[in-house]
Amino acid sequence: MDPELLEIRRHLGAYPPFDALSDELLDEVAEHIEISYYRAGSQILAANQSIDSLCYVRSGAVEVYRRTGDLFDRLGEGSIFGHYGLLRGRRVHYPAVAIEDTLIYAIPVTIFDHLCEADDDFADFVELGRPRLEAAVETQRRSNDLMTTRVRKLVTRAPLIAESGETAREAALRLADEPSAALLVVEASGDDPRYTYADAEGALWQVRGILTDADFRARVVATGLSADTPVGEIVSDRLVAVQSDETVQEAMLTMLRHNVHHLAVVHRRRPIGLIRLEDVVRYETQSSLYLIDSIFSQATPAGLAKLLPDVRTSAVRMIRDGADSRTVSTALSSIGRSFVRRLLELAEAELGPPPVPYAFMAMGSMARSEQTLVTDQDNALVLDDAFDPQRHDDYFQTLAERVSDGLNACGYGYCKGGIMATNSRWRQPLSVWKRYFHHWIEQPNPERLLHSNIFFDLDNAHGEERFIEVLQELVATEAGQSKAFLAAMARNALNRTPPIGFFRDFVMEKDGRQNNSINVKRRGTAPLTDLIRVHALACGSRAQNSFERLNDIAETQLLGPGVADRLSYALEILSMTRLRHQAIDIEQEREPDNNIEPENVPAKERADIKEAFRALSQAQKFLRFRYPMPAGGVRAGRPG
Amino acid sequence: MRTKSEALGGGWSGWLKDQTRRAAAPALRAFYERFPANASQSIGETPLVALDLETSGLDPRRHAILSIGVVPFDLNGISIARRRYWILRPPRGFSGGSVAYHHITHADTEQAPDFAEILPDLLDALAGRLPVVHYHPIERGFLERAVRQRGQGPFRFPLIDTMAIEARRYRQRWRMGLRRLLGKPPISIRLNDSRARYNLPAYEGHQAVIDAIGTAELLQAQIQHHYSRSTAIGDLWV
Repeated sequence: MDPELLEIRRHLGAYPPFDALSDELLDEVAEHIEISYYRAGSQILAANQSIDSLCYVRSGAVEVYRRTGDLFDRLGEGSIFGHYGLLRGRRVHYPAVAIEDTLIYAIPVTIFDHLCEADDDFADFVELGRPRLEAAVETQRRSNDLMTTRVRKLVTRAPLIAESGETAREAALRLADEPSAALLVVEASGDDPRYTYADAEGALWQVRGILTDADFRARVVATGLSADTPVGEIVSDRLVAVQSDETVQEAMLTMLRHNVHHLAVVHRRRPIGLIRLEDVVRYETQSSLYLIDSIFSQATPAGLAKLLPDVRTSAVRMIRDGADSRTVSTALSSIGRSFVRRLLELAEAELGPPPVPYAFMAMGSMARSEQTLVTDQDNALVLDDAFDPQRHDDYFQTLAERVSDGLNACGYGYCKGGIMATNSRWRQPLSVWKRYFHHWIEQPNPERLLHSNIFFDLDNAHGEERFIEVLQELVATEAGQSKAFLAAMARNALNRTPPIGFFRDFVMEKDGRQNNSINVKRRGTAPLTDLIRVHALACGSRAQNSFERLNDIAETQLLGPGVADRLSYALEILSMTRLRHQAIDIEQEREPDNNIEPENVPAKERADIKEAFRALSQAQKFLRFRYPMPAGGVRAGRPG
Repeated sequence: MRTKSEALGGGWSGWLKDQTRRAAAPALRAFYERFPANASQSIGETPLVALDLETSGLDPRRHAILSIGVVPFDLNGISIARRRYWILRPPRGFSGGSVAYHHITHADTEQAPDFAEILPDLLDALAGRLPVVHYHPIERGFLERAVRQRGQGPFRFPLIDTMAIEARRYRQRWRMGLRRLLGKPPISIRLNDSRARYNLPAYEGHQAVIDAIGTAELLQAQIQHHYSRSTAIGDLWV
């Protein structure tokens, strides 16, 4: 393709469904678009008019209506519309209006048809009636596969380029300023068309080869060559390259075949980046496994605390590499449990063996295996019934303090509600715990449960597994039987509502509202996990993880067909949004939090998030209907 | 009584009519014959073509055209598939100072055609269309000079200048005075700054085709905001 259209191609290639197209198909799209400008308020598509192209929002915002006149969707940069009409008789089904000054790229129907025919993923994306959430989650999952991921995904920056006349010193200085360990050597005059390309401005270059930092050592320093030698005399005339739409797997094989650790990634003949063997290896290994090893080799709590940056780097890497939220959260929860275990081992080594058996109980997100990079500690101690406070409690209190302080130093803040084993109320023998749970289930009261529903996600972190199993069994068999308990839990699950209009405000209001942010945990994942917990308890599920709970719920007739899947997709979208946001915070050296700002959410993800909030809102409506509020307010429980 | 558009465009209409008789080269005569010359014709009915030159400097007497980008369009759409792009070999080479700006190097232009070789294709791409540029002194000066240097010409025709349209709106003397009084800098009417006022995206500039596309988008936006499809072309051309 002519380099002059790179600008257009680059934009299209960043948004679904175009981001997954082969280079060839993407070129074909860019070559054929027709561009039109629409002033705010003007009609783009009128109902029933004939339609001959797919519309792509390059800039601005568009509203799409049902034929009844109801709003169907609001679209921003990178969204497409008009595909329903193209698929159904080439007439406009959903009229569209520009709500801001908008630039539309129109893709002719002949190209649209060809894309549908040539690319199944594209066809799936535009296919009628395919739930958007499902498509989004599947795309995410597929994108993590070595066999199908295109190597251009590993390219994070343009290659560092040196002209052949540049001296070794100049080139080395530039390498030193960059995180990359290699640069590409090119020259302006050359006569081998196989390695010649035109840059974005039409200038012709011939690629000579790659120069790595190892080459500088071996060919300049070790041989005593002058630092003024031009790089053209150092580089070996052999370019090993891979096309940008080849798979990551193919890139790895190419490196092995040629015994090189660096590879140029080219689009046609133009180099768009350099990748290293480490990039590929990093892509396929779960670095969290190594991290857990090093947790168990630490000899002091201070050593553990020093691992916090590694925990964060490892999670950010997984998120960047396209892992799904379950993979990331499970890894983070395993890391969290490993910290708890190691702290307990270190404490026992110092304090001596425990006087009676105990289980260290994890609650909340750790019990659900749904931890993120921002997490407080929620824990408790379940002791053997032989526990005698007079004789044994000093030991367990010290033990609990060691763990709690250690976790705090490792980045897991103290629980603001005091739900920690350091609190004597939450450091009790098994029989007392059984009484607690009986009491909560039989005599519920929403205010009391609001603070303690955290206990209904419970798992063993260390110690006597059987103690925790007894409690899990009790909850699973008794909670679902008590209507009053479920109603109280349901009411808590309805306390926090999703911010449906959030992105709409962002699109429509240019002034003054851009600083708003939303706590995606409080308004998204937390109400969703609360809601899932109620249904899970109602159907006697023993699962703690929300996705597993949804699987159990789906086996019953509790929710309508497909609803559990929809909630599962919504949870994935919201969890990923939260994790990605935290990754950005960490990369930009801010303390991670749960507050997302709409301008930091890529336009292509907004529609998915909106859809997820909508799914949560509908599920809350159903929950309200399923567990109506008792007349005359909530039944009062005993104070406690 | 003369209408406003006749008053504004009358000079150009006469000039174009004159050239259809007087142009020596048949290709130029054909170009003038097909040129949309009726000043009262509406912009909505006029085929347009966005045109952008990259040059080695700002002075047509000392500098040369390095590349030309052309994109046909109308108020409904800009057709990418019909774009044209040429890199040219300057008559006497060019100085290196502008390379950093447009990235066209000597090596590129050594094998490129001379302007004379692409002129028939250029005239073909412009045929029957009213050219639209951003900052017309460059296009007008360099094209005129290039044609004359090769023994043809004159080569002058009306153009719509999107920068002149911005200047009319944002550089009026009283507005400028008011802004100065309020201590604000004058409003920039460079291509990307002008585009931003119409919510058009920032393109990476100084590539002739992309700048031509950007100019075409800007005119579509200006017509929708300040004029209408029925505005006479004589009111817009310069």
